[in-house]
Amino acid sequence: MDQFHGEALSWQTSNGVIELALRRAPCNEIGSLTLAELEKFTSALPALARNAHALILYSALDCGFCAGADLRELYARAKEMERAAAVAGVREFLERIHRVMNTIDAAPLTTIAAVHGVTFGGGFELALVCDLIIADKLARFCFPELRLGLIPGFGGIPRLKRDLGNAVVRDLLLTGRSFNATKAQSVGLVSQVVGEGEALRAARSTAAQLGKFDRRTAITAKKFIKPIPYHELKQEIDIFCELFVEPAVEEGLRKFVESTEALPYLP
Amino acid sequence: MPTSEQTLDEILDLAAKHFKVAREKLTPDDDFFKTLGIDSLQALDLLTRLENHFHVELPDYELQGVSDFRTLASRIQARL
Repeated sequence: MDQFHGEALSWQTSNGVIELALRRAPCNEIGSLTLAELEKFTSALPALARNAHALILYSALDCGFCAGADLRELYARAKEMERAAAVAGVREFLERIHRVMNTIDAAPLTTIAAVHGVTFGGGFELALVCDLIIADKLARFCFPELRLGLIPGFGGIPRLKRDLGNAVVRDLLLTGRSFNATKAQSVGLVSQVVGEGEALRAARSTAAQLGKFDRRTAITAKKFIKPIPYHELKQEIDIFCELFVEPAVEEGLRKFVESTEALPYLP
Repeated sequence: MPTSEQTLDEILDLAAKHFKVAREKLTPDDDFFKTLGIDSLQALDLLTRLENHFHVELPDYELQGVSDFRTLASRIQARL
């Protein structure tokens, strides 16, 4: 499938660059619909990658790259099920999203997340699977999951640990505070900070540069530089599911869903 | 280092310009959520613009419950 236009995302290839656009209002929350379309994408990726050297992920929405998991859907589904069934459902969802993330992480091309605005939780985790993150100067990164009594569930901790110093990982996770793009660049998370509205342009320019190099060499280098922490990723799913049965989680989700506070995204 | 009043003025200038509100309509004790008519995502946008403008880090938890420009200015001033 050379191109696709779904409800949550779309993709197309041009000049050896695949562009995957997130486009689900209000802010690209990742729920069952987005997951199903991401699975479509990763199924199509081997064929797409035969004629491409780079993949750019970006958001077509003004609000930002992605606000994370669809907590409203998670809360509604968990409410209508027995606890054991809810945990089984969460585990199945996490295993599916991990397969998607791992596939993009290991993709045989160079991947770039072009981010702007809110890049929170699962959105941050989606950016972290990419080889490079190019950020608009108004981008913001955050892992607010502790507010819900959870840890990030889409591979966030193992990938942050792979890419950054542990002190930075602890700062992000344990305080739940958000980092702006400049801070994210200073700690080594972001490769380029660009002007407002310029992230996609800069990602395209970078992707064009990548096309000058031998493809096989780039794939070999990537495998060497960017190992995938499979063992910790699996542990993360187990820990998430253990925490999910705690009463604090239902309360945290309920508070978020019913919140009328000015900053419900923040802990 | 700017004085507290200068910091406050710069915040009001930035907010008026970005959210397209007449500068003279903004006062230090205004609830900026109401005066600017902004939601949570726009508040994050404002926070990032202020960090970029003043070259400071403002941890979100220091801004919880802050809704007027004067208190916001004092939080920024403490990090200059």
